[in-house]
Amino acid sequence: MVDHVVLARALFGTTLGFHIIFATLGVGIPLMVLIAEVSYTLTNDHDYLIMARRWTKGFTVLLAVSITTGTTVALQLSLLWPRFMRIVGQVIALPFLIEIFAFFLEAVFMSIYVYAADRIPQRWRIFSVSLVALGAALSALLITDANAFMNTPQGFRFDHGRVTDVHPWQAVFNPALPTSDLHVLISAYMTVPFILATVAAYGLLRRVRSQRERQHQEKALMLCLSLGGLFGIMTAISGDASGKFLAKYQPLKLAAGEGLFHSMRHAPLVVGGWVDAAHQQTIWGIRIPSALSFLATDRWDGYVKGLDAFPRDEWPPLFVHDLFDAMVGCGSLLIVVALGAWLIKTLRRKTDQPFPTWLLWVFVLTGPLALVSIECGWCYGCISRQPWIIYGLMRTADAVTNAPHVGLMFGLFISLYALLGVATILVLVGYFRRHPLTQDIQEPNSGWKRTVWLP
Amino acid sequence: MTDAMWGALLLWLLMFLYAMAGSVDFGAGFWSMWYADERELTAGSIANRYLSPLWEVTNVFLVLFAVAVVGLFPGAAFQLGDVLLVPGGLILILLTLRTVFMAYAHAVERHARLLRIISGVTGLLIPALLLSIFAIAEGGFVYISNGHPVLALGHLFTSPVTWSYIALGILSEITLAAVILADFSDVQGDATAFQIYRRHALQLSPIALLAAAACLAIVSAHAPWLAVNLWSEKLWFIGSAICYAGSLVSLLLAVGRQSRLIRAAAVWSVAQYFLATIGYGRAHLPYFLYPTLTVDASFTNSEMFRSVMIVLLIGLAILFPGFLWLWRLFLGRHSGDERPSVPRKEGTRS
Ligand code: HDD
Ligand code: HEM
Ligand code: HEM
Repeated sequence: MVDHVVLARALFGTTLGFHIIFATLGVGIPLMVLIAEVSYTLTNDHDYLIMARRWTKGFTVLLAVSITTGTTVALQLSLLWPRFMRIVGQVIALPFLIEIFAFFLEAVFMSIYVYAADRIPQRWRIFSVSLVALGAALSALLITDANAFMNTPQGFRFDHGRVTDVHPWQAVFNPALPTSDLHVLISAYMTVPFILATVAAYGLLRRVRSQRERQHQEKALMLCLSLGGLFGIMTAISGDASGKFLAKYQPLKLAAGEGLFHSMRHAPLVVGGWVDAAHQQTIWGIRIPSALSFLATDRWDGYVKGLDAFPRDEWPPLFVHDLFDAMVGCGSLLIVVALGAWLIKTLRRKTDQPFPTWLLWVFVLTGPLALVSIECGWCYGCISRQPWIIYGLMRTADAVTNAPHVGLMFGLFISLYALLGVATILVLVGYFRRHPLTQDIQEPNSGWKRTVWLP
Repeated sequence: MTDAMWGALLLWLLMFLYAMAGSVDFGAGFWSMWYADERELTAGSIANRYLSPLWEVTNVFLVLFAVAVVGLFPGAAFQLGDVLLVPGGLILILLTLRTVFMAYAHAVERHARLLRIISGVTGLLIPALLLSIFAIAEGGFVYISNGHPVLALGHLFTSPVTWSYIALGILSEITLAAVILADFSDVQGDATAFQIYRRHALQLSPIALLAAAACLAIVSAHAPWLAVNLWSEKLWFIGSAICYAGSLVSLLLAVGRQSRLIRAAAVWSVAQYFLATIGYGRAHLPYFLYPTLTVDASFTNSEMFRSVMIVLLIGLAILFPGFLWLWRLFLGRHSGDERPSVPRKEGTRS
C-alpha cells in the first residue's frame, strides 16, 4: 500500500506543481496589463500600450493551460483523495464553490478585454482588465483558503470518522487564512514582473535592431524590475508573518523547516545545510545565534519548539528545510538584484546602455528564480504538513483512493505535462518570432484584433 | 420534497446545462475540424467563431458540476472518486489536449490543421467517455475486492451497454452542434454555412434517435431495475419523442433562411434532451451508483446544504445574466463582423 500512496502523492503533487506555474502567471499578468494600461492613460506613452497588448497575447495561450490543468487539479482531488473530499464536501466546500464565480468573472471580462479592445474606450478597457485581475486574485485567494483549512482545520468536530457540528463559515475563516492568502497573492505579484523582466532582458540581449526597440525593452525592463523588487520586499514581510503564524499554530512545521531539533530559547537560525535525522543535527549550515527566536517570536530569547516536542511518527521529511531555504534564498536574491538594477540605473543615468551584458544575463535568470521560489514554497507548505492531509485529523495514507492503476495514470499525466510544457514554449516563441516587436512599434494598430484569439 | 431531492434536482440541472453546452462546444470543435480544409466554405470558421468566446464558460460549468457534487453529496464524490480514477483521468487528459491544442491552433498558423484535427478528435472522445460513466452508475461494473469497490475496466469496455452510450454520446453531440450552428450561421447571415449545417442536422438526427432507442433497449436488458423504472417514466420519453418530431419538422421546413423556424428547431432539440434526461434521471432515483449509493445516504449535512444553496443561488443569479450578456455580445447578429475596424483615435493620439 505504501507505493500506492507515494504514487498518488507524486501524481497530485506533479499536477499542482505544473498548474501553479500557469496559475501564478494567470494571477500576475492581468495586474501587469492593468498597470501598463493605466500608465498609458496617464503618460500617453505608446510603449505601455504595446506592452499591454503583447503581454495579453502571451496570456491568452497561457490561460488555456492554466484553465485545463486547474480543471484537472479540481477533479483529481476527488479521484485521488476521495476520503479527504468527503470531509471537504461536508466542511470546506464553500471556497471551491465561490471560486467558480471568480473564474466566471475573469472569463467574461477577459473575452471583452481581448475581443473588444479596439472598439471600446480606454476607460472601459481599464475597467474590464481590472475585473480580470480581480477575478484571478479572488480565485487564488479562495483556493489558498482551502489549503489554509488543511493546515488549521476548524469549524467542525471529527470523531470516529464522522463529521458533526459543522460551521461552514468558521471553516472558511480559519487562522491560517490571512497570512497564507497575503503571502500567496503578493508572491504571485512578485513573480510575474520578474518573468516579464526575463523576457525584456532577453530581448535586449539579442542583436538589437533599432534604437527605438531598445528604448522600449529598457522601459519594460525597468518597470518590471521595480515592481518585482517592490513586491519582493512585501513578499518577504508577509513571509515573515507566515513564519510567526507557523510558530504559533504549526510549530512542528516550523521546526522541520528550520531544522531545529531541540526546543529552546535563543534558537539559532540555520541557513542551508543538511538536516541529519540520524544524528539529530543540521550539518554544514550557517548558524546565526538567536535569530530564529527573533523571527518566530519577535524576541531574541523567545522560546521555539523543536522537533523533539513531537512524536517521531508525525515528523515530516526533513529535507523540507532545504525547500524552505531555497524559497527564502531565491526571494532575497531577487530583492538584491532589483535594488542593484535600480542603483546602477541611477548611477549611470547618462550612459546610453546602463546595463552590461553579464548583468542582462542575470536579469534573464530572475523569472526562473522566482518560479523556483514559488515551487519550493508550495512543496514546503504541502510536504511539511505530512503525514497529515488535514493537520492533526486525517493522515494522507487514510485519504487515498482504492483504485488501481495510479502508476499508469502518473505515467500518462507526466507525459502530458511534458508535452504541454514544451509545446507551450514553442508556440509562444513561434508566435512572437512571427510578430516581432518592431512590427508592433511601426504599426501599433494593425493586426491586433485578428491575431489574438479569444480565451 | 426532501433537501436531498432538492440537491439532486439542482445537480441534475447543472448536469443538463453542461451536457448541452458541452455537446455543442465539442461538436463545434468537431465541425471546425471537418471543414478545416475547405477554404471556400465558411462552415469551419462559423464553428470557430462560436467556439472562441464560449469554451471557457463551458468549462466553468464542468468544474461547477464537480464542485457541486462534492458540496452537496460528499458521499457520492467519495464513492465515485474511489472508482473513477482511470476513466476520469482519461477524460481529463483528453480535455486538456483538446482545449490546449485549440488554443495553440489560433496562435500558430503553420500547423493549424494538425492542431485542429487533434482537438476535433479528442473533443469527440470526451462526451463518449463521459457517457460511459452512466453505464458505470447503472451497476454491474464495480466489484468488491478486499472490501473495497473496484471498477472492472475490461468488463466495462467490452460491454454493449457502454458502447451504446458511447455511440449515443457522439451522435447527440454532433447532431446538436449541427442544429445550433445552423441557427448561429443564420444569425450571422451566412447562407452557405446555414445550408450545410441544416443538411447535417437532417441527416444525423434520425440516426441519433435510433441510437437513443437502441441504447434504451440495451440498457433495459442489462439493468432490470432500471428497465422497470424507465417504463413508469414513459410519459417523459413520449414527450421527448414529440419534441424530436417538432425539431425534425422545423428543420425540414426551414428551407430558406428564416430565423424563426431554425430557432424553433434548436429549441425543440434542447427540449427533446431535457425531457429525456428528466425521464432518465427520475428512473435512476434513488441511486447514484446502483446498488450501493443512494441520494439520501450520500447527502451533506444541513448546515453545508444551506450555505451551498445560498452561495449557488447568488452565484447563478450573477452568472446567468453575465452569461446571456456574453452570448449577445459575441453571438448576436453582426457580432462577427470581420470588417477591418477603424483605428481608434486614442490608439494614434500620441
Ligand atoms: C516568489 C515566491 C516566494 C518568495 C520569494 C517567498 N515565498 Fe514563502 N511561500 C511562497 C512563495 C514565496 C508560496 C508558494 O506562496 C507559499 C507556499 C504555501 C503558501 O501558503 O505560500 C509560501 C509559504 C511560506 C511559508 C509557509 C506558510 C504555511 O505553510 O502556512 C513560510 C513560513 C514562508 N513562505 C516564509 C517566507 C519568507 C520568510 C520569505 C522571505 C523572503 C519567503 N517566504 C519568500
Ligand atoms: C499549487 C501549488 C501546490 C503545490 C506545488 C503543491 C505541492 C504538493 C506536493 C509536492 C504534494 C505531495 C506531498 C508529498 O508527497 O509529501 C502535495 C500534496 C497535497 N496537496 Fe499540495 N501543493 C500545492 C497547493 C495545494 C493546494 C492549494 C491544496 C488544497 C486546496 C493542496 C492540497 C494537497 C493535497 C490534498 C495533497 C495530497 C495529500 C498530501 O500529500 O498531503 N495543495 N502538494
Ligand atoms: C487544490 C488546488 C487547486 C485547485 C483545485 C484549482 C482549481 C482550478 C480550476 C478548476 C481552474 C480552471 C477554472 C476554469 O475553468 O476557468 C483553475 C485555474 C486557475 N487557478 Fe487553480 N486550482 C488550484 C490551485 C491554485 C493555486 C494555488 C492558485 C494560485 C496561487 C491557482 C490559481 C488559478 C488561476 C489564476 C487560474 C486561472 C483561472 C482563470 O483564468 O479562469 N490555482 N484552478
